[in-house]
Amino acid sequence: MDMTGRALIAGEASGTTLLLRSPISFWGGVDPHTGRISDPRHPNYDDCITDRILIIPATAGSSSSSAIMLELLRNGLAPAALLLVRHDGILALGVLVARELGYGTIPVIELSPEISGLLPDGVAARVKGTGSVEIL
Amino acid sequence: MAMRIVIDMAEMMGAERLTPIASAHIDGCLYHGDSGVEFAEHLVHQDGEVCVPTTLNVGALDLLHPKRVHADSHTAEMAHRQMSAYVKLGCTPTWTCAPYQAGHRPGLGEHVAWGESNAVAFANSVLGARTNRYGDFFDICCALTGRAPLTGLHLDENRQATVLVDTSSISETLKQSDVFYPVLGTWLGRTVGSEIAVIDGLPLNTSEDRLKALGAAASSSGSVGLFHVAGVTPEATTIESILMHSDQPDVVQLTSEMIRSTRDRLSTASTGRIDAVAVGSPHFSLDEFAELERLSRGQRFKVPFYACTGRGVLESLEKAGGIESLTQRGVEIVVDTCVVVTPILPDTGGVLMTSSGKFAHYTPANTGYDVVYGSLEDCVASAVSGSITRDESLWS
Repeated sequence: MDMTGRALIAGEASGTTLLLRSPISFWGGVDPHTGRISDPRHPNYDDCITDRILIIPATAGSSSSSAIMLELLRNGLAPAALLLVRHDGILALGVLVARELGYGTIPVIELSPEISGLLPDGVAARVKGTGSVEIL
Repeated sequence: MAMRIVIDMAEMMGAERLTPIASAHIDGCLYHGDSGVEFAEHLVHQDGEVCVPTTLNVGALDLLHPKRVHADSHTAEMAHRQMSAYVKLGCTPTWTCAPYQAGHRPGLGEHVAWGESNAVAFANSVLGARTNRYGDFFDICCALTGRAPLTGLHLDENRQATVLVDTSSISETLKQSDVFYPVLGTWLGRTVGSEIAVIDGLPLNTSEDRLKALGAAASSSGSVGLFHVAGVTPEATTIESILMHSDQPDVVQLTSEMIRSTRDRLSTASTGRIDAVAVGSPHFSLDEFAELERLSRGQRFKVPFYACTGRGVLESLEKAGGIESLTQRGVEIVVDTCVVVTPILPDTGGVLMTSSGKFAHYTPANTGYDVVYGSLEDCVASAVSGSITRDESLWS
């Protein structure tokens, strides 16, 4: 099956997938100084998102999540790519601002729930500039 | 840069054009790391100036009580620089997450660009103004350009409810209690995520503070930007008019079991001693202070009791002579910020009790404290006894 999504922010990346098992608010959910999931009630608690192809089925919570995304990029602790299903643009915004400030950028791809459902946790994957995702 | 970001976001969100906005509320003034300071100061160096009335959300410092926050010197300096930069951009230093109770109340149908998840939910739901859930940095870009992408909740067709929540099996006694609304909100956010619900069966006199608590909890546990309450919020005069497919609606029946288990999940401790109490997320209103005054009269607290509010409310409270009696009982008033966004709680750790669904949600991750949720009355009783004291009768 063709696993192509819509590139909100184009780019190429490769890494190991990390599939979040519950919606997340980056603010109050990810520590921007360690890259780890910091909410003890989140099922992925203590997982490190740095350099991972992060698959986020749904976001929740704070509008400050863009600020945490920006800080992760500034600190070199960002995921390799964001694959978003239901989202409100807040995380992509953090990446957009990072690009403006010269902190670097990562691909942000919007995927349909059908495609994201085909992506397993913990496998090597590659994101291409066209918005396609390939399991290696 | 601001216009470039607005246009990039508009494309990303699929908007064909921009709309003028009447006001903005900025959630970008809270320090999370040096990147936020660099962004804000970059805008200042480019001579940025907001072109619509713009209020500011909390920062990481209590500027009126500088000893309240135990930040290291680098954090304190950077947090101060970040707050100052937004004032230099022409924003009004309200420093509150409840700007709608500090005089910033856009009208029904007015387009605005607001950040801070609870403020977004309130502006859309309770005031009937129109904003998407704008993230930090984007809110200020809209304020600087006076524009927002015309998409999402700015458009009539996206403001209809897709889910009907039937609350008829919940007791009237619970519905007439403040403690119900943060729990209802938490359940709503978890259940509907980003969908728009119309809630049926709430009292027609549901107060603004209860709606505020509902929205704040729903936008913490889920990404609710708009909810309707039939007969109460301005766009839900009738269920038929606001519900999509009202002939075959998607109905969720709320049960007392759902409410009870949601309430239980808001806490990470249930018995034993507490180390502090915190209320006021969103920031306490004058009415909420009046209730705290009434409940705590003649009492003396054994543990620190933090009440977080905006400096505007504090000023009114001071004028009315309502401060001294509260501080004598042990209430520590926190302004411009709150206990889950910056280090205020004693660094010993322990158990925090709260009447706020939002504090209950964020306390474990942000402060390291365990948390117990209860009514304001429970909070007062527990602060007096020093251990968890909750009225269970409402929930049985």
